[in-house]
Amino acid sequence: MTMPYYVAPEQVMKDRAEYAQKGIARGRALVAVAYGDGILIVAENPSRTLHKVSEIYDRVAFAGVGKYNEFDQLRVAGIRHADTKGYAYSREDVDARSLANLYAQYLGQVFTHEMKPLEVEILVAELSPTGDHRLYHIAYDGTVVDEENWTVLGGEAEAIASRLEQAFATDWTLGTALKSCVACLAGPDRTLGIDDLEVGVLEKSAGRRAFRRVERAELSALLAA
Amino acid sequence: MALYLFPPADDPGPSFVELLRRAHPGVALPGTSTPLAEVRQATTIAALRYAGGVVVAGDRRATEGVAIAHRSIEKVFPADRFSAVAIAGAAGPAIEMVRLFQVQLEHYEKVEGAALTLEGKANQLAQLVRDHLPMAMQGLGVVPLFAGWDAIRQTGRIFTYDLTGGRYEETDFHATGSGGRDAKTTIKLGFREDLTRIEGVELAVESLYEAADEDSATGGPDPVRGIYPIIATVDSTGFTRLEDGEVAERFAAILARRGTGASGGDRR
Repeated sequence: MTMPYYVAPEQVMKDRAEYAQKGIARGRALVAVAYGDGILIVAENPSRTLHKVSEIYDRVAFAGVGKYNEFDQLRVAGIRHADTKGYAYSREDVDARSLANLYAQYLGQVFTHEMKPLEVEILVAELSPTGDHRLYHIAYDGTVVDEENWTVLGGEAEAIASRLEQAFATDWTLGTALKSCVACLAGPDRTLGIDDLEVGVLEKSAGRRAFRRVERAELSALLAA
Repeated sequence: MALYLFPPADDPGPSFVELLRRAHPGVALPGTSTPLAEVRQATTIAALRYAGGVVVAGDRRATEGVAIAHRSIEKVFPADRFSAVAIAGAAGPAIEMVRLFQVQLEHYEKVEGAALTLEGKANQLAQLVRDHLPMAMQGLGVVPLFAGWDAIRQTGRIFTYDLTGGRYEETDFHATGSGGRDAKTTIKLGFREDLTRIEGVELAVESLYEAADEDSATGGPDPVRGIYPIIATVDSTGFTRLEDGEVAERFAAILARRGTGASGGDRR
């Protein structure tokens, strides 16, 4: 009978974290910022149909980076959680915090108990009925961060975050916020066109369902203005 | 509340009803609880097509036996942005069915990233009515009316149902509930292919007026309490519910046309 080699738990965790980080770093980044009329989420995504940014519930949006099939599974689970909760209780009882905690528990569980961690980083954004915003950034190991005004997910997050920290202003409109986010995502050496971007917003002025996608025509108009 | 992840073979897909069956066996879906002896009944609803969409209308009265149980119940609801559903029959299960139907459509749209076609929505509602059959057999029937804008055919369409979940498409108009016959006759007499939105709304208002005139379970306009039937239209821009003030004006116009001296018999 052969005995498995002993590997220190620290080493196991380190290896898993490294594996997840590598997977996430291969993908393109995404930024989310709070602006005057809501929350803006801008992702670098060449695909028109495989979305990184989507609607979970009336005032809750989801964004993910990393391995598409893994964060898409989390997106669908999030919609299921929100719709069952809203149906069993009331629509107002659905909030981002409890969903973020569920995601964190699940990601933490997979990270410690499964062979392979999920190679994803996700964001749960909420525009509360009072107009406050919440941005929950959840990492591959289940770490949750309650971000203040903006957050960056995915590859080169640190470089983008330092640019965004410089650029961020509290009086942004949709147009100025979008242009700044795109510039921060691109960095000094690249430019991103509308074909490279996926943009979604949670708007205070919208009706019950606050999420909408900013489609190509509007996107080019906003970027050109 | 939990994060719902399923093995591929057991995955409910974009169906909210299937999700509830798996995740919450305890939640009573419409059609699975025991009926009471005397329940609230919702009465007259009507729908008709006009050149650019459909009008859906419903009175506001609910009855329990011969008593008026509620004066301002709502029987016309947006099913989603481009369709409306109206209900007649046992009010409790009917309203619950509408609630489930609304979530079902939105759930599908969010999971799949695209809304169902109008035909698909109509079939979904048929399944909910079919699931309700056991209760319908005990006298708690729900008969919805579904209407919406078909983005593929670029026209408004109306679907009706029977207690068994049978789904039938109406070409131009339909009305159901206790005052449905009177409402339908009124629409039949006034219907033309090329009705405008305003004319369509007027015809719907008139049909409810006639239904309330002949049927005790149908509520007419109630200027004393400021309660008026619900009239909504669905066209290429989506679902719009008319303001109460606008509906009130249309009823006032009918009353003015007919004179106020009618005291019975056939004077109209």
